[in-house]
Amino acid sequence: MNTFVQAMLFQAGYNVALVTVGAILLGIASGSAGTFLFLRKRALVSDAIAHATLPGVGVAFIIMVWLGGDGRSLLGLLFGSAITALIGLFIIEWIPRRTRLPEDAAIGSVLGVFFGAGIVLLTVIQTMSSGRQAGLESFLLGSTAGMLFQDAVVITIGGFLSILGIWIARRPLTIVAFDKDYAISMGYDIRKIDLLMMGLVLGVTVIGMKLVGLILIVAMLIIPAVTARFWSNRTDKVVVIAGILGGLSGYIGAVLSASAPSLPTGPIIVLIAIVLFVLSLFLAPNSGVFSTFIKHRKTKSYIHRRQGLLTIVKGKNIASSFTRKLLANEGLSGSDGLTDKGRKLVTKILIDENRWIAAKEIYPDKDMNIDYGFTPIEETLTKEELVKLDQYIKSHKFKSKTYDY
Amino acid sequence: MSNTTNTPEIIPSGPALKIDGLTVSYGDKTAIFAVDANFPIASMSAIIGPNGAGKSTLLKAVIGVQPKLSGQIHIFDNPIENNLKKIAYVPQRVSVDWDFPTNVIDVVQMGLYRQVGLLGRMKSKQVSIAMECLDRVGMADLWQKQIGQLSGGQQQRVFLARALAQDAEIYLLDEPFSGVDAVTERAIIDVLKSLKSKNKSVIAVHHDLATVRDYFDYVLMINIKNIAEGLINDTFTNENLQSTYGGKLELTHAEQLFAPKDRATK
Repeated sequence: MNTFVQAMLFQAGYNVALVTVGAILLGIASGSAGTFLFLRKRALVSDAIAHATLPGVGVAFIIMVWLGGDGRSLLGLLFGSAITALIGLFIIEWIPRRTRLPEDAAIGSVLGVFFGAGIVLLTVIQTMSSGRQAGLESFLLGSTAGMLFQDAVVITIGGFLSILGIWIARRPLTIVAFDKDYAISMGYDIRKIDLLMMGLVLGVTVIGMKLVGLILIVAMLIIPAVTARFWSNRTDKVVVIAGILGGLSGYIGAVLSASAPSLPTGPIIVLIAIVLFVLSLFLAPNSGVFSTFIKHRKTKSYIHRRQGLLTIVKGKNIASSFTRKLLANEGLSGSDGLTDKGRKLVTKILIDENRWIAAKEIYPDKDMNIDYGFTPIEETLTKEELVKLDQYIKSHKFKSKTYDY
Repeated sequence: MSNTTNTPEIIPSGPALKIDGLTVSYGDKTAIFAVDANFPIASMSAIIGPNGAGKSTLLKAVIGVQPKLSGQIHIFDNPIENNLKKIAYVPQRVSVDWDFPTNVIDVVQMGLYRQVGLLGRMKSKQVSIAMECLDRVGMADLWQKQIGQLSGGQQQRVFLARALAQDAEIYLLDEPFSGVDAVTERAIIDVLKSLKSKNKSVIAVHHDLATVRDYFDYVLMINIKNIAEGLINDTFTNENLQSTYGGKLELTHAEQLFAPKDRATK
């Protein structure tokens, strides 16, 4: 626990602090880049190219050893991984364009073939240089153990560059994700923009391999974005919130991992991100499960209450038992008809009903059918419009007045 | 918005949009074959034809969404490639995900992305342009609304406002009246007529034969290939409709279309 608190305050040693900063930046970059990936519906493509990095790691290691080097230079390994990932990306893009195979088949094939090849290469490497256990398998699930200063620097710089790239390209990325055809008609080259997006994602994937691992990096791209979607209805805000959530996951995950070095870093960071997702899923104020449920109940009661009271005023019987129970429970109607409270509410409802009818007559250009009866009219019209409306209702011109009470 | 600044001083005499021998195919299935068209300047043109006749494909090929096998496209006598900014496109409403995290004013401001550039900021000038465009389609009150909460007609009007923000010369609309309410249809047609009165050219894929005469003054009738093209009065005839739609057009329907005109001539 002591290490945990120290790590949280960046005081568990220089290396841990460095890793933590790297994880935060990686989280911010993956969360914000991932938002565009999610909005463009390209999550699976990124999973495939993440898996396609593995053979690149193996080949780069072999080449570096063959050239007489150490083979574990992070920059070299990342460079190799980027090359095979790009090849994978190219194949995914090429197959559906030039053959009759659909994109999902291309994604599945690339993922399987490249990852399989990568695993074979790793096995070969383990037998080949038995003395030099390269620890390449840490790229699968991520690890902070044995991370060097220069590794952290690579991650930090890469994270910064990705965030900068996202900020610069935010408008083209948004417009292509929302309305591809329109973007083309504006003269945007969507192949270039898509390539740029995948390039940013690839950058995040490659720098994230050491920390989160290539198997789970897709989770860091998608989960913060999906979580952020619960908290905002505007793209720019979703991007920022996803960045914050990603950074937070990276921070907590790295700190936890520092206090329990035997646990793999990647899964911990991802689990933190999932906790944030589940919390948002249930608790988000507008689109969370709880608030949606409560809102639904409220609307249902509003409509049953309103229509039930109107039915009583019309002297008819209420058919729905739900309505009858609701009115009785709320003390609006008793065995001998409406209560005082009910009568007061009916007066209000009739005013609302008359206003809706009148509004359709004097504002024919507003399409109000969506809101009619669902919400009080005060929520649809402005104050000035309401004043005008009430004047109209009082005048002799308004003839379609509903039941008087 | 400064609608006057971009209007050419002298209106060119040639067509606004000229298409020569345009062929597009999906795989080995021909969508449109060797279609020619000359949509005049400062008029409202309809593209009509049965389902699968290639009407939307034609528009998509013009703006480059759909690659063309062959054909030339000119706007105001210049190749389209460097003149895309003179065109504003209004896609079909159903072509986008309305659950996308964006609101009404953000969508309209997309029409200004090219104007402000990659790094430029949306200043108060751009915001007021966007609001003015929303006002023209009767949507100014709803500027902050999440797009998913709009009705179909309101969504269509937001798309039109976004195109207006581009302040283009030619407006290409893909079934703008499809699935919209009467209020929206009137609002859209008013905007389109005002565009025409400012010498802009409007070209719309249209499916409601009953309103072709009221709304448009020029028509292109296609069914994979050209069937007929010209001013409504000369071209929108029973004979041409029959050859465009073949057996798909009920004879009674056609008679209804021409009944008012026949009565007038008698």
